[in-house]
Amino acid sequence: MNNNHVKYRIGKSRGFQVLTIVLAFACVIPLIAILLFIIREGISRINWHFLVNIPKPVGEVGGGIANALLGSVIMIVMASVMAIPVGIMGGIYLSENKKSRLAYWCRLSVDILQGVPSIVIGIIAYFWLVRPLGSFSAFSGSVALAIMMLPIIVRSTEETLKMLPDSLKEAAFALGMPIHRVIFKVVVPVGISGILSGVMLSVARITGETAPLLFTAFGNPYLSGDPSKPMHSLPLMIFNYATSPYKDWHDLAWGASLVLLLWVLFLNIFTKLITRKWKVQL
Amino acid sequence: MDTPFAPTSTAAAPAPAGILHPGPASAHLAARAAARIRRSFRQIRTENVFRNALVITGLLLVVLVLGIFLTLVVQSLPSIRLLGLKFLWGKTWNPVKNVYGAFPFLVGTLLSSFLALLISIPFSMAVAVFLGEYQPNGWFSNLLKNAVELIAAVPSVIYGFWALAVLVPLVRRFETRIGVEQPLGVGVFSASLILAVMIIPYAASLGRSMIRMVPSPLKEAAYGLGATRWEVIRSVVLPYTRSGLFAGILLSLGRALGETMAVTMVIGNTSILPKNIFAPGNTMASVIANEFTEADKTVYLSALIELGLALFLVTVVINMIGKKIIDRFTNE
Repeated sequence: MNNNHVKYRIGKSRGFQVLTIVLAFACVIPLIAILLFIIREGISRINWHFLVNIPKPVGEVGGGIANALLGSVIMIVMASVMAIPVGIMGGIYLSENKKSRLAYWCRLSVDILQGVPSIVIGIIAYFWLVRPLGSFSAFSGSVALAIMMLPIIVRSTEETLKMLPDSLKEAAFALGMPIHRVIFKVVVPVGISGILSGVMLSVARITGETAPLLFTAFGNPYLSGDPSKPMHSLPLMIFNYATSPYKDWHDLAWGASLVLLLWVLFLNIFTKLITRKWKVQL
Repeated sequence: MDTPFAPTSTAAAPAPAGILHPGPASAHLAARAAARIRRSFRQIRTENVFRNALVITGLLLVVLVLGIFLTLVVQSLPSIRLLGLKFLWGKTWNPVKNVYGAFPFLVGTLLSSFLALLISIPFSMAVAVFLGEYQPNGWFSNLLKNAVELIAAVPSVIYGFWALAVLVPLVRRFETRIGVEQPLGVGVFSASLILAVMIIPYAASLGRSMIRMVPSPLKEAAYGLGATRWEVIRSVVLPYTRSGLFAGILLSLGRALGETMAVTMVIGNTSILPKNIFAPGNTMASVIANEFTEADKTVYLSALIELGLALFLVTVVINMIGKKIIDRFTNE
């Protein structure tokens, strides 16, 4: 009787262990299904021609995604130029002032910003830039993306710098260095990998963002490098073509999906490598 | 740092009065001292500029969020003034007749998000328990951990496209099998399924780190009393991490409520109150995405922004509660 009870408990424990493992690995199934499906549909589309041509009208075979690729690169670069300095400065501010009242509100703001749905950021960029300037533009899109990058960069910078030992900074101060040199010559170089991984992560995130671009960059079927005009980006193009009823455009969207997926994957793996290196250094 | 004896162009510098008496022998020294003093003043100035720049950046972030909130409020004023609270309870959304009731979208958002949460909880908790308790290390769990993180990395538009091409036909077949009136495939159910996949990582990774923080003496004491592994998890680990796991689920919910693209692509986009979970509908985010650029009337646009404001407030509250719980948990 007693022995049976023990056996029952052990069996129950085993049962739940198996259940946990099965459920945990079931999560990966949709991921693998998506990756395989996109690779299968997209791989045949991708070639040099696909990357350097703009999309053709419905009914014509061929065409590529050059306009979306260029648009994505331009908007990401513009967003990074705006967000990285502000984000790193914000992170430094928060790590230097842990207790002040402004720091409290600033931290709260960053938390809020991190949770704001991306479509709301799109609305904001529309009212701040598209309306006053009078037209959809790549610039307004990149501002929306920059707002989405900020909280990630601020948080990762703050967390990284907070983990550095105080003695490092104190040694520099003892040598008579002014604070900006302590920060830029000692603190930031030591924590550069953590900051960099935050930056990479934020770039990876905005690369796939569509919602903030719907009412800002708007999309443009032609090749355009003008920030004051509408511009396409990869996710925007995928959305437009995936929801269209035409087979040709779906094919184009599959190819674009694969390119976008590889791009995001590359950024994530790169970030992983940086963080690993950083952990070794500490 | 510059060496004090480096040659500097101090010829034109006036010696500071009262510090050194400029005699024929000390004139050179005085000039050098003056240069040094000027340099340190310059350095203090730069230091102040830098400190101010830091404070301004901090201020900028606060102003940014305040600005977002105020813009949403100001732009949705026309609709708030015209429609009042009726906006939230009105069941019809017909921009052509100037009738704006957001109830169908409220229902659509809550239904799809909570359904997604319900579907995803067993999976995300299993990942959290497996990675936190059963096998925290090893290549096997590393693989699972990276795979789950990858789920969060895939852009939502790709989820939407895949769901449209693969999931929707499957759901349609399933609906025909169980005898739903109009087996469309697109609808709240499809949206919930794809949302469920997308929000797994948020609850899973937070849950994992929470479970890892359970002090081992607690678990060892339970093992010492003869508890099996499952009994330790159920009566020590889970109760200890309850609030943390809840916070993770809240963060998942926040993500689900605000998710736009994948949902927009598969929910069917009709502004009618969904009758059941298989019916097409619309969420607050998807209706904004669909109709924002078409809104030709001030009230129409303003009503859409009011939806955005509601979305903003709800996600902020949810995220704040989650954050508070996590902070309290990690401080204990």
